[in-house]
Amino acid sequence: MRLDQAARSIFLTEFVSAFFLSMRYFFAPKKTLNYPYEKGAISPRFRGEHALRRYPNGEERCIACKLCEAICPAQAITIEAGPRRNDGTRRTTRYDIDMVKCIYCGFCQEACPVDAIVEGPNFEFATETREELYYDKQKLLDNGDRWEREIAKNISIDAPYR
Amino acid sequence: MNGIVEGYLIPGVIMVLQSLLLLVLLLISIAFILLADRKIWAAVQMRRGPNVVGAFGLLQSFADLLKFVLKEPIIPSGSNKGIFLLAPLVTVTLSLAGWAVIPFAPGWVIANINVGILYLLAISSLGVYGIIMGGWASNSKYPFLSSLRAAAQMVSYEVSIGFVLVGVLLCVGSLNISDIVMSQQTGLGTKLGLPGSFLDWYWLPLLPLFVIFFVSALAETNRPPFDLVEAESELVAGFMSEYGSTPYMMFMLGEYASICLMCAMTAILFLGGWLPPVNVAPFTWVPGIVWFVLKACAVFFMFAMVKAFVPRYRYDQLMRLGWKVFLPISLFMVVAVAAILQLTGWAP
Repeated sequence: MRLDQAARSIFLTEFVSAFFLSMRYFFAPKKTLNYPYEKGAISPRFRGEHALRRYPNGEERCIACKLCEAICPAQAITIEAGPRRNDGTRRTTRYDIDMVKCIYCGFCQEACPVDAIVEGPNFEFATETREELYYDKQKLLDNGDRWEREIAKNISIDAPYR
Repeated sequence: MNGIVEGYLIPGVIMVLQSLLLLVLLLISIAFILLADRKIWAAVQMRRGPNVVGAFGLLQSFADLLKFVLKEPIIPSGSNKGIFLLAPLVTVTLSLAGWAVIPFAPGWVIANINVGILYLLAISSLGVYGIIMGGWASNSKYPFLSSLRAAAQMVSYEVSIGFVLVGVLLCVGSLNISDIVMSQQTGLGTKLGLPGSFLDWYWLPLLPLFVIFFVSALAETNRPPFDLVEAESELVAGFMSEYGSTPYMMFMLGEYASICLMCAMTAILFLGGWLPPVNVAPFTWVPGIVWFVLKACAVFFMFAMVKAFVPRYRYDQLMRLGWKVFLPISLFMVVAVAAILQLTGWAP
């Protein structure tokens, strides 16, 4: 056994076989995604940037029930409610999310009874200043308009499992 | 007066211009060698490596150079400033100085000195001073430990490199590097009656010495798997921990210049330098420098592959390999080579 081991170490068998093994890997297809040009697959349940959705007729879904504000473990959501000027329905007068505090747990979208606040598939919302990450109602509604098609598709894909 | 101009001034200017040309070409090729190193390492790990700057990332090293040069150099307050800044200069100067005696093609050598191989040995031995100075002058724990390791490691492997060189020199009968290459035109292959080919080069008759030289070259240049000097899991970045900006870049430059030097030495000592692999028509048309560069790059490819697939040695294993394995084997080989040359009458 000793002799066997000595022969193997003298003829560098492990070294040579490791060389050929790594040459196989050398020519194997690369695993790298060329990120800004290629992106990985995203689950329909992916919890990315928040958005406030609207009904197809343009009416905003949020009814200011404040369940999301209550459940938010990071207390990142701030809501103020009041009757709307033209029809007196209960609406938010203020809906802020501090994206820096947010831990992207998804509790807000689970709590929402009307699917108003959702976490969309967008994860590329880095900014150059901290202030830009304090989202207000307008920003969230704009996000909703921008990502509505993807969000609606994800919700319908995930619906059978809920 | 005329004698001085023709005897000293003109040859001096020519030599300076030649050195400048060599330096510029060398530094550019080191930039690409560095990229190749990263690319090969990445490929083995199924990554792409740098591929953003320029086509296929070809300009990555130049972008890195700009980054290093534009950064603020930070000199630790507790450091010995003079030596701290001198260390990278020493490293870079010494590793570039070695290239003066490397023949790229017949007659293409800046200093064709008769003790070229001794000069190379001396220069590569002095390289350890840059590391010791840098580690000591940083006045910091990890760089200091790293420079202690470097001193022991590089000195131990120089011993076996020395004996390997003796083995080659016994076959050549000259310390001139161009003569070492020329003597590989006739070797084992021609003695057996074959035409001149790669079988004449010293890698075949001196195969154990070739392997020992390759591994010792890895250890001598602090390449993985022998990069105990800058083992990041133990010593942060070793002697370079306190360095940043241009001094750091000079350390890297010196390191890669000496790696390339070792590749070139391997090509010259064992792979026939500028000689074509087979001494027949289509191969002999190719200029010698192409063969030389190809061989040096092939050796570098092995350097890079070894970095990718061999795990790092422990320090006691490193010392054991150097003193208890390589030293006896190379000593034995020197005696054996001398005996065979004497008995067969092949000694030059």
